[in-house]
Amino acid sequence: MSKSGVGARAKRKEDERFLYGRGQYIGDLRFPRMREVAFVRSPVAHARLKDVVIPGHLRSSVFTARDIAGVLPLKAVSPLPGFQVSEQPPLVTDKIRQVGELIAMCVADTRAEAEDIAAQISLEYDELPAVVDMLDAQKPGCVLVHDTVKGNVYVNVAFDGDIESVAKTAPVKVTRELRTARQVMSPIECRGFIAQWDSRVNQLILHGATQFPHVVRTGLSLVLQIPEIQIRVISPDVGGGFGYKAILAGEEVCLCWLAMRVDYPVRWLEDRREMLVANANCREHYYNITAYADNSGKILGFDAKAAVDTGAYSAYPFSAAIEASQVSAILPGPYSIPVYRCNTAAVATNKAPQLPYRGVARPGVCYAMELVVDAIAREIGKEPHEVRAVNLVRPEQMPYDNITDKHFDSGDYPQLLRMAVEAIDVNAVRARQQRGEKDGRLIGLGMSIFSEQTGHGTTADGKRRVLYEQAFARLTPDGRLDIRAGIQSIGQGLETTLAQIGSECLGMDIEDIHVKLGDTEISPYSSGAWGSRGMIWAGGATARACQELADRVARIGAALLQTDLKSVVVRDNGVYGPNGNVSLRDIARAYYLAPSELPGDIDPHGLEVTGGFTPTRITGIHTGAAHATIVAVDPETGGVEILDYVVVEDAGTLVNPMIVDGQIFGGTAQGIGSALFEEMAFDKQGQPLASTLADYLLPGCPDVPNIRVFHMQTPSPYTEFGIKGVGEGGAIGPGAAIANAINDALKSLGVEICEIPVTPRRILHALSTQVRRRA
Amino acid sequence: MKPAVFDYVRPATLDEATRLLGEKGVFSKVVAGSQSLGPMLNLRLAQPELLVDITSIPVLTAVSEQRDYVDIGACVSHADVEDGRIPDGSRGLLALVASRIAYRAVRNRGTLGGSLAHADPAADWISVFPLLGADVIVQSRRGTRTVAAENIMVSSFITVLQPDELIRTIRVPKISARARWGFCKFNQKAGEFAHAIGGVLHDPENDRFRAVIGAIETAPIVVADAASLFGGRFGPNLDARLDKRAVLALLDEKNVRDEYNRQLLLVALKRAAKQASES
Ligand SMILES: Cc1cc2nc3c(=O)[nH]c(=O)nc-3n(C[C@H](O)[C@H](O)[C@H](O)COP(=O)(O)OP(=O)(O)OC[C@H]3O[C@@H](n4cnc5c(N)ncnc54)[C@H](O)[C@@H]3O)c2cc1C
Repeated sequence: MSKSGVGARAKRKEDERFLYGRGQYIGDLRFPRMREVAFVRSPVAHARLKDVVIPGHLRSSVFTARDIAGVLPLKAVSPLPGFQVSEQPPLVTDKIRQVGELIAMCVADTRAEAEDIAAQISLEYDELPAVVDMLDAQKPGCVLVHDTVKGNVYVNVAFDGDIESVAKTAPVKVTRELRTARQVMSPIECRGFIAQWDSRVNQLILHGATQFPHVVRTGLSLVLQIPEIQIRVISPDVGGGFGYKAILAGEEVCLCWLAMRVDYPVRWLEDRREMLVANANCREHYYNITAYADNSGKILGFDAKAAVDTGAYSAYPFSAAIEASQVSAILPGPYSIPVYRCNTAAVATNKAPQLPYRGVARPGVCYAMELVVDAIAREIGKEPHEVRAVNLVRPEQMPYDNITDKHFDSGDYPQLLRMAVEAIDVNAVRARQQRGEKDGRLIGLGMSIFSEQTGHGTTADGKRRVLYEQAFARLTPDGRLDIRAGIQSIGQGLETTLAQIGSECLGMDIEDIHVKLGDTEISPYSSGAWGSRGMIWAGGATARACQELADRVARIGAALLQTDLKSVVVRDNGVYGPNGNVSLRDIARAYYLAPSELPGDIDPHGLEVTGGFTPTRITGIHTGAAHATIVAVDPETGGVEILDYVVVEDAGTLVNPMIVDGQIFGGTAQGIGSALFEEMAFDKQGQPLASTLADYLLPGCPDVPNIRVFHMQTPSPYTEFGIKGVGEGGAIGPGAAIANAINDALKSLGVEICEIPVTPRRILHALSTQVRRRA
Repeated sequence: MKPAVFDYVRPATLDEATRLLGEKGVFSKVVAGSQSLGPMLNLRLAQPELLVDITSIPVLTAVSEQRDYVDIGACVSHADVEDGRIPDGSRGLLALVASRIAYRAVRNRGTLGGSLAHADPAADWISVFPLLGADVIVQSRRGTRTVAAENIMVSSFITVLQPDELIRTIRVPKISARARWGFCKFNQKAGEFAHAIGGVLHDPENDRFRAVIGAIETAPIVVADAASLFGGRFGPNLDARLDKRAVLALLDEKNVRDEYNRQLLLVALKRAAKQASES
């Protein structure tokens, strides 16, 4: 290992810029003559739009669907069989399907003036009944959100198993109905774009905060119907992604259309209200689960009916199928379950489209499975971790193919569990519960354990390959390393970790390695940053490019040392032979500036390489983690305090353990939001009930405890260096662990809550209902 | 989320400010810390023609201590109170309340006068000043008048202030060394507005025993003689003596129907009573 290579706790190279406030976000960029856009959005959830009335004097500043008729609708079509296709026009053509939907684009010199214009536009429409609940939406005769989506179900994803036979003999049966709230992913930087036409290079240039500039370019080319080569997408610094910037939506499409027609740049900066009421929806799941077990808690059969509320549109590019297909495929989690049946519906409603938030379906799935496991434990009177232990896939079974054909490449789940049990000290908590608290609060212990399929290169059913990844590496004439990748860093430190990979391969210090990201013009094609794939795929591609570069450097070094290739190694900033060494700097100088010093047969491909990588198996690399927490619940107020929080994570070989810890802290904070705070509620008319962060509660610093992180490192056999994905894991476990802890605390009162977030209101409601039931 | 067009002035004197507010035919609004008005302007819920910024008027940031009371200028910030930059006649109550309002960034700018004038039922001062029996001194071109703090708020976001009036001073009576208080604000997360507020004050020197129940979607319930809630005089184990039925009857009067709120308000008052009787 070189000192700044794989495994080093290197300080993040990008932090200097961030900490001194020199980052550049869309809100920081200024272009001459740039104008600003504000949108007229729908005030209602479901209606037929009859007219958009624009005062005559504003006609040249306002654009509606009629104006942009040449732009094709966004269409995200899942390859899953039976998927019903819908279209999302960038501006409403005839039917409004959600509050906040885009109806007209207004342009002015400033955003305030653009909003002045928007305020003068009036809408004529006939309201339709709104489809708000995903269970009601599936009932026969319910109003349709899209005529093309029959029964309001985009797709059903099902696995079948012979549950009936298990049901006949299983001694233990547990049934639970569970819900997770609709959430709003909340990066500090909302979405934002600047579009302009560069007439010199005949190119549309879009600056936008995005996790995947190349995918945005491909999507824009499709809907705008111009060649990809005429589009350049540049993602400067991104102030948080979390999946919210792995989409292509109407705002940027409209902006690009406008930029191609005017001779000034145009910008749209999303504000927090737009984000909350119109855009950043995610998560909402429903489960009805019956589990069958024997008296040791061993699960014999698992039967689930689930639904995900996908909202009004199939969001581009991941489609309305992404969560439903994941739910059915990964619900078995880290357990070996012999008989499994599951049907998950992706349901259309009149809410903002559901987008893939950090962890995608996994936090909901983990919540549902882990609550049921605890329910089994309560039913048979065992410690929840003991029930987990008898069901976990064991290390000697690796590699293991589970009931839904998920291929576990490696890992030791029982060990993760043991470490968590020890770290949280289960026995001490039980003793404390026996003693009781002076302040009358109730102590609860909760755990969750999950297997996270990371960096998969296929659709969720594992059947179709969906991507590749490349990276470019060049040794510059002055002997430094220039790495470029099409993936974008969204806060996870890729400018450092990709440099660490370069360092590992070429023996250079990361100080001499510069990583450039996020610009379609200067990088190879990339599927982007999502699905905990960055290090596996872009890291792998960087390794391949740098390894090839190391070979070429070795060849030149051997020539300069007048020795044969086999006898040299690349390390410590140079090529080392039996009788001397030559620095990378001298090699670069010789190659570029003094080629006459080199023999004539030197490889003319030069000191730049585009490398590509795909894991040996592309069905995903399985990362595992166990979360454990202790909470104190105030039964008088419903207040919850997290007293301790432990994460034990096995993400294979860690390229930079410090960055991994940071990823886990941030993800866990978001998971605490899911568990205790975050909920976007709607009224019966489909109006979102939170329009500011005073109503949509995010966890703040005092709400996030000191998180204790422990690592195991089981390398994956299928990736470079044994890397596994880790970007999302933190967000997956907390909903389940905290909800289980609260239920553990309330156990003595006979109360169990099967919905997150577990708010004070829900706790008090459950307690008072229980009191009434007992009376 | 940008405001509609408005004019902005920052007068240096109270006279100038009240003159501007009194101008006929202009929809003007006072702005102090802008922590409540700012968001309302941005959301276009408020669209005044003229903003009169009163934060550079010296008398509005002045504080003076008298024998029986402290006069606090309307533009004194929550942070000023939190950090003890003003004389304390409340034996720590004001500083404690201030420290739990919002986040430090908001406290740095938000003002006592702005908070009272805004009359958000879930805000803190609108409950705490009535508990202390404070007076609010109101100024306009027409002169000054004094309004008891408990009479400032009419209902949610509505006060007795006329459009041409501003709050100049809050006159907070001092409590004696033998006085005891308890204050309980329940919110789900730090920095959030209250879901429930309960306050109890007992001062044997002047025989005051008061209570407040706040954050109820309208003006707080101020109980001038708290003996009615505790079945008698102030004393030990006050919380155990809380007459729930009496409290619930008060809540019924104010149409507080939500079970969650009712429960929290009871608990808030009980905990305030406990703190007061144990301190
Ligand atoms: C995130 C956040 C959290 C908050 N949490 C809390 C909380 O927990 N508890 C709490 O109590 N408050 C909370 N607040 C509100 C905060 O305390 C504000 O400071 C306060 O409500 C208004 O004070 P201001 O000086 O900012 O008034 P401004 O916003 O400037 O004005 C508010 C209103 O009062 C009027 N006004 C201002 N000064 C005067 C005056 N002297 N005379 C007459 N009218 C006047 C204005 O015209 C306007 O209508 C929170 C605010 C924010 C942004």
